[in-house]
Amino acid sequence: MADLSVKIHKLNLKNPVMLASGTCGFAEEINDFYDVSQVGGIFLKGTTLRNRDGNEYPRMAETASGMLNAVGLQNKGVDYFIETTYPKIKDYNTPLIVNVNGSTVEEYIELTEKINELDKIPAIELNISCPNVKEGGMAFGITCPGAEAVTREVRKVYDKTLIVKLSPNVTDIAEIAKAVEGQGADSVSLVNTFLGMAIDLATRKPLLSTITGGLSGPAIKPIALRMVWQVAQAVKIPVIGIGGIMNTADAIEFMLAGASAVQVGTGLFKNPFIPLEIIEGMKKYMEEHKLNNITDLIGGLQM
Amino acid sequence: MGKKAVGDFTVISNRKLNQSNFLLKLAAPGRLPDISPGQFVNVDIKNAKEIFLRRPFSIFEADYSNNTLSLIVKILGRGSKVLTEINEGDKISLIYPLGKSFTIPTANEKILAVGGGSGVAPLLFLAKESKLKPENVDIILGARSAEDHIQVDEYKKFANLHFTTEDGTLGAKGFVTHHPVFREKLNTYDKVYACGPDAMMKAVAKEAKAAGVFCEVSLENLMACGFGVCLCCIEPTQHGNKCVCTDGPVFNINDLKWQI
Repeated sequence: MADLSVKIHKLNLKNPVMLASGTCGFAEEINDFYDVSQVGGIFLKGTTLRNRDGNEYPRMAETASGMLNAVGLQNKGVDYFIETTYPKIKDYNTPLIVNVNGSTVEEYIELTEKINELDKIPAIELNISCPNVKEGGMAFGITCPGAEAVTREVRKVYDKTLIVKLSPNVTDIAEIAKAVEGQGADSVSLVNTFLGMAIDLATRKPLLSTITGGLSGPAIKPIALRMVWQVAQAVKIPVIGIGGIMNTADAIEFMLAGASAVQVGTGLFKNPFIPLEIIEGMKKYMEEHKLNNITDLIGGLQM
Repeated sequence: MGKKAVGDFTVISNRKLNQSNFLLKLAAPGRLPDISPGQFVNVDIKNAKEIFLRRPFSIFEADYSNNTLSLIVKILGRGSKVLTEINEGDKISLIYPLGKSFTIPTANEKILAVGGGSGVAPLLFLAKESKLKPENVDIILGARSAEDHIQVDEYKKFANLHFTTEDGTLGAKGFVTHHPVFREKLNTYDKVYACGPDAMMKAVAKEAKAAGVFCEVSLENLMACGFGVCLCCIEPTQHGNKCVCTDGPVFNINDLKWQI
């Protein structure tokens, strides 16, 4: 019997296939299609201390094998999450992870303290890589001192599993990963979106209201894979691979490159069932390759 | 769970309606769930170069006895063009059913439905499903020219059909809001509905608002997912930014922030 379970610090996942923040809402939207308890974990929509309306429309542009988005962390704020959303989703039988965002270190801390009170949230994903907000967000994630500062301060107030989501818009992502590991991060997830843009030839104007936005989808997969490989060699903490995963082969590539688990993101827009297809595909792959534990694949790249 | 589905539909027919519109009839992979007028499906455009995301289409007809759906596909861009070229027997993947429907009129109400382009699809579906007496249903369909109109004569049994064309080649000349109905009896309707190009819907909304008549419009903002997770198709409303795909596509004009 194939064992798909993996561990991310204190998090025991039934399988390594999770849903990426910003692409699965607050889990209910995917639960409209199937029982979300089947996936390894769910990274909820980016949450901030206070309500955010996000950026103006248009926020999306389709690109070759992918898309740009400039949502800008639209969410109703952490108090609404705690009072209204959390009671509805807390009993889903899979780890729910809150994606934590702030414009200042103090905001990250205050938000983390509030989430820490919730029994059914076993981990947070510290988002220091959102490219679509004017303050905070990616600004913290593109320098080692910035990434270190947020991680260190949040670590002081949070004992559960702390995952830091990294930006690919840096010169050396492995350096940033080492920096957050040094400040107590339990895991890193990567990558967030790549900063990009698109122009309407008819109007000669940018297609996004914010001019630039985050590129995601299969277009970024090879770069994300390379970054996961580099980071996995540089740190000892578990790495969660994200970036254009559409099928079983993509997911296994990330695990061979060193990821202990993966997140399916933009692929969900195309087909919310992709995570279940990957879980089935992994079982088949393990059978064909006579593997008992999916963990045998982690970092299994042959040189 | 299980309220929405992803399924491979089989193309039963793909019929050309006029220069730019096609009628796509699709057989569901199983029993068709209940579908209301105004709801839509998100269609995967396979084998098309540089098309990654699905494309949303209003549902034109749902036939529960045969488990079929029909869509009117207007060639707007690369995605819809590819869809018009698919053949009988081909499979296409749909996410369905999506969005909220129009408010269904109650018995004895009088309604006016105004459509432009492929925006006629949900309105004809509404006229049929509302089960009102045909004399209580007025539908105005607008187009640039007679040849741009879709043949919808069969809908005469559900409604009074009126036409407008910008060049005067069919029905009243001008835009939909130039039709005499707007001048003569707009305030006699209990509900007004509009679906089509933005400018057309805004013009209808403006008239309805001035006349104090209930009015719903169906928006077509660009979307990625269609089920409320990407937050790309937002429309500013009196209650903050709402997703057109899940909070709409149908909105009451009083909830929108349109400058009309």
